[in-house]
Amino acid sequence: METVTDDDHREFLQRDRGVHPPAFTPDYKTSVLRSPRRALLSLQNSLSEVTGPTFGHSEIGELDNDLIRNYAHDGQPIGERCIVHGRVRDENGRGIPQTLVEFWQANAGGRYRHRNDHYLAPIDPNFGGCGRTLTDAQGNYVFRTIKPGPYPWRNFLNSWRPAHIHFSVFGSGFAQRLITQMYFEGDPLIWRDPMVLGIPDRAAAERLIAPLDMNAAIPLDMLAYRFDITLRGRQSTVFENKLQGN
Amino acid sequence: MVQPLPETFRETPSQTAGPYVHIGLIPQQAGFDIFETNFSNVVAGPDATGEPIRVEGRVFDGAGEPVRDVLIEVWQANAAGRYAHPADRQPGKEADPHFRGWGRTGSDFETGLWFFDTVKPGIVSGRHGRPMAPHLNLWIVARGINTGLQTRLYFSDEEAANAADPVLNLIEQKSRRQTLIARRETRDGRGVYVLDIHLQGEAETVFFDV
Repeated sequence: METVTDDDHREFLQRDRGVHPPAFTPDYKTSVLRSPRRALLSLQNSLSEVTGPTFGHSEIGELDNDLIRNYAHDGQPIGERCIVHGRVRDENGRGIPQTLVEFWQANAGGRYRHRNDHYLAPIDPNFGGCGRTLTDAQGNYVFRTIKPGPYPWRNFLNSWRPAHIHFSVFGSGFAQRLITQMYFEGDPLIWRDPMVLGIPDRAAAERLIAPLDMNAAIPLDMLAYRFDITLRGRQSTVFENKLQGN
Repeated sequence: MVQPLPETFRETPSQTAGPYVHIGLIPQQAGFDIFETNFSNVVAGPDATGEPIRVEGRVFDGAGEPVRDVLIEVWQANAAGRYAHPADRQPGKEADPHFRGWGRTGSDFETGLWFFDTVKPGIVSGRHGRPMAPHLNLWIVARGINTGLQTRLYFSDEEAANAADPVLNLIEQKSRRQTLIARRETRDGRGVYVLDIHLQGEAETVFFDV
């Protein structure tokens, strides 16, 4: 909260819809009936959009960013141990400090701990599959986990999701709110996936693929992947687009 | 050649929250308990200033069926019309230490019903000082929704303020403005506002590119 500056009064840059999947992506079948048919109404920012919820360390538990330990009951989860880390920044390259990053995923066999997931791969009794953390003063985050497995889903008859971790990020204003998915370098399922292919710009889709980061690996312990997240930036001039005194 | 502009980055693409969004954001609804502190659909507790209300509704798909795996977040001002955020420096509007202004909820897996317990927000100053009618900002994600949908909830008993609201007045088709106005009911003496959200079709809700 104390990290908010005058910059946080500025309006956000218009979202470039070309980097996002459109609402209607028929190869991802569920989008057909869940996509608006009418155009979005563009709004200039007001306080309702440039402000958003803030979170404090008191809300985050000590193990919340350690999926290897935060649901371990009588042992460790089975699977490839890895670190996932990166920086949350805005389009102007500024790190976004003390923002909430949440993540969730399947276990090593592609099974989610969710009452609606009935895939025959078993639950891992020592793996929950979710965590959260606050970014540091520079916008960096880190967590430990097990690399998730791919899993089948009812889209086409033989549809398989690539290994992925879901991310939810806040930023400092509600208009920055973003949910996305991180994929793993080299996975051959990525370019068969209708969610990835729904992104019209191939270069934008590639930004969802986390490279192996050997420099952050811990020898004899775990590998590491790096996933940087970019949220919308604020407009840079101070004349017309800074909300003040209104 | 001209001087290059400073390097900029492009926003990370959105992806759907998927059917198991609850695991990460509402693990208890997914069926397990893992965090000491859980976020909830209680936006304002009993000590918050203002009129306690419930807002509720369902989200419908293009076939008219309720979406049972939707997740909704709300962001709103307090009863005085001030956001719990340092960038809100509206003069004469007090912060409320018992009011956070944010909450999240999942629709019921059987009925599709969602609700928030909160207080009715006050009027917030909009662009050029034009007052915005009391409203909640809603953000909706689900399986099948590729990028989170932003909309607003207004209140049926704020007719005069709604008629002057600068955002509602941007909606060209007047009939569509009604898609954002929650209907007031009274249950056990408490105000309940009901708003159904239609993702697609005849009654399609107005969604914003904010």
